[in-house]
Amino acid sequence: MDIIYTIWLRNMKRYVRSKSRIIGSISMPLFFLLFLGFGLNSVVQLPGLGGNYIVFLIPGMVAMSVLFTSVFSGIQIIWDKQFGFLKETLVAPVSRLEIMLGQTLGGATTAVLQGFMILVLSVFIGLRISSPTGFLIALGFMVLIGISFTAFGIAIASRMEDMTGFQLIMNFVVFPIFGLSGALFPISSLPAWIAPLTLLDPLTYGVEGIRFGLTGVSQVNPVACFAVIGGFALVMTVLGAFLFRKIKL
Amino acid sequence: MAVAIKISNLTKKFGDLVAVDNISFDIEQGEIFGLLGPNGAGKTTTLSMLSTMLRPTSGFATINGIDIEKDEDGVRKSIGIVFQDQSLDEELTAWENMDFHGRLYRIPADIRKQRITELLNLVELEDRKDDIVKTFSGGMRRRLEIARGLLHHPSVLFLDEPTLGLDPQTRNHLWQYIATLAKEKGITIILTTHYMDEADRLCNRIAIIDHGKIIALDSPKNLKDGIGGDVVTIKSPDPEAIVAVLTEPWITRVERHLDEVNISLQNAEQHISTIVTLLNTHRVPIESIAIHKPTLEDVFLSFTGKTIREEEADHKMNMRMYQRMVRH
Repeated sequence: MDIIYTIWLRNMKRYVRSKSRIIGSISMPLFFLLFLGFGLNSVVQLPGLGGNYIVFLIPGMVAMSVLFTSVFSGIQIIWDKQFGFLKETLVAPVSRLEIMLGQTLGGATTAVLQGFMILVLSVFIGLRISSPTGFLIALGFMVLIGISFTAFGIAIASRMEDMTGFQLIMNFVVFPIFGLSGALFPISSLPAWIAPLTLLDPLTYGVEGIRFGLTGVSQVNPVACFAVIGGFALVMTVLGAFLFRKIKL
Repeated sequence: MAVAIKISNLTKKFGDLVAVDNISFDIEQGEIFGLLGPNGAGKTTTLSMLSTMLRPTSGFATINGIDIEKDEDGVRKSIGIVFQDQSLDEELTAWENMDFHGRLYRIPADIRKQRITELLNLVELEDRKDDIVKTFSGGMRRRLEIARGLLHHPSVLFLDEPTLGLDPQTRNHLWQYIATLAKEKGITIILTTHYMDEADRLCNRIAIIDHGKIIALDSPKNLKDGIGGDVVTIKSPDPEAIVAVLTEPWITRVERHLDEVNISLQNAEQHISTIVTLLNTHRVPIESIAIHKPTLEDVFLSFTGKTIREEEADHKMNMRMYQRMVRH
C-alpha cells in the first residue's frame, strides 16, 4: 500500500506543478461546452431529456475531460521510459503490480480533478445538481472512467517505444471512443446501423452514468451503466498490469 | 577478504549477438572494481544482469551470496545503481527525488529524513535541496543520483559510466567522492567506463572487456607493467621498416599499429638516441617520435591490436549493419 501511495504522491506533485497542463486540458471541454452548448441550445430539441441542450452536454464534457486526461496520464509513462525515470522505479525491490496500480490511481485522481473543475464551472452555465446522492453517483462514474482509461493508457504505453504513435492513438482510438459515446448527442438519435456501435463503446455507459447522477435522466439503465463501466475498469486494470509487467528496458 | 560478487560463466545473447561471452571473476568486499572497454563491449549488459534488470542466457552470479536469478528482491535491496542515462524526475526537487527513493525502499520516515540530509550534505547539494532538478547542471544531477543510490545503504554500488559527458573539473570532483565513499563506508563499487584515466585513477582492479569477453584482469599497475616498460611511439611512412630494424635485445615489444610503431622498453630515455641512430643508419624516415609511461590505452592496444576509439568505430559499423539486416 505504501508503494502505491508513493507512486500516487509523485503523480500528484507533478500534476500540481504543471499549471499549463491543467489549464490546457480544461480549455477544450470548456470551449466545446460554451460554443456547442450556447450555439446549439436554441436549435436542438431533446424530447424526453429535459429539452435543454447545455444541460445535456455538461455530463458529456465532464466525461470528455476525464477521458482525455486519464489516457494522457497513462501514456505518460512513455516519458518516464524515455527520460530514464522508469528504470529507477523498476529496479527497486517492489512489485510491478504496485507500481502500475499507483500509476493508475494517480492518473485517475488527476483525471477526476480535471472533470470536477468542468463540473464546478458548469454550475455557472445552468447545471442544477438534483441531489447530493446524484452528485456522488456522478463522481463514482468519473472515478471508474478515470481508472479505465488510465489503465488503458498504461497498457498502450507499455507496448510503445516513444511518443510517435501517440497522435495515432488519440485520433483513431480515443476520439472515436469519445465521439460514439453519446457525449455530444443522444444515442437514440443516431441511425439504426450506428446505434449498436455506441453500445459497444464503454464510455457510453460512463457518460450515461454521469448524466443520470447529474440530471436524473439517462437513456441506459444506471445499474447496467455501473456494471459495464465497472467491469471495463477491472478488465483494463488487469490488461494494463499484465502488459506493464512485460516492459523491457 | 570476503567475496562481494561472484560471477561464473555469465553469458547474455541477443539473438545471434553474444553481448556477454562466458565471463567469470570475483569482486572482493570494499573493492573499487572497473569494467573497462569500448562502447558496446558488454559492460552495461553485465551490470544489467547483476542488477537483475536483465536475465542471463546462461551462467550465474551472486551478490553477497544471493543468487541474482533466484532472489531478485534480495539482490535489489543490497545494491545501489547509478545508471548511464539520467534517471531523475526533473519536475521534482532534489529532496523529493531522494524521498521517493527512500519510500520505494521502505525506509522509515525518521531515518529517511536524517539520511537524506546527511547524503545531500555529502554531495554538497543540501543548499539546493528544494530546487527542481530541471535547474541542475549535469554534475549536480550525477551527484544527486549517487546520493540517491546510497540512500538505502547498499553494500554494493554500481556506477555505469558515472562521469560520461561531464567536464574534466566535475569529473575530478566525482572521482574524489567515489574514492572517499569506498574508503569511509566500505562499500564495494563496480564502475564501468571507457575513460582509461578514470579506471586507472580509481580502481583497485580492472577487467578489460572487449566483444563481451574479459581479455585482461589485474590491478592497473600490474596491467601497465605487463607492457614491458616505457612506450616509445614512432610515426613513419614506412612502419614495417622500423619493425625490421629494431631487433635489439633490450626492446621487449614491437607492435605496428597503422602508420605507427609502439616499442616497449625499460629506461626509454637512455635508449632513445640509439633508436634514432639505428633508424637513420637504415634510412628509415621518421615523422615523429614520442616517449610516455605506459597507460591503460597501451594495455588495451596490446591486447586487442586496436585503440579503444577504433573499437568503438568498428562497433558502431557492426551495429549499423546488424540493424540493417534486422530491418530487411
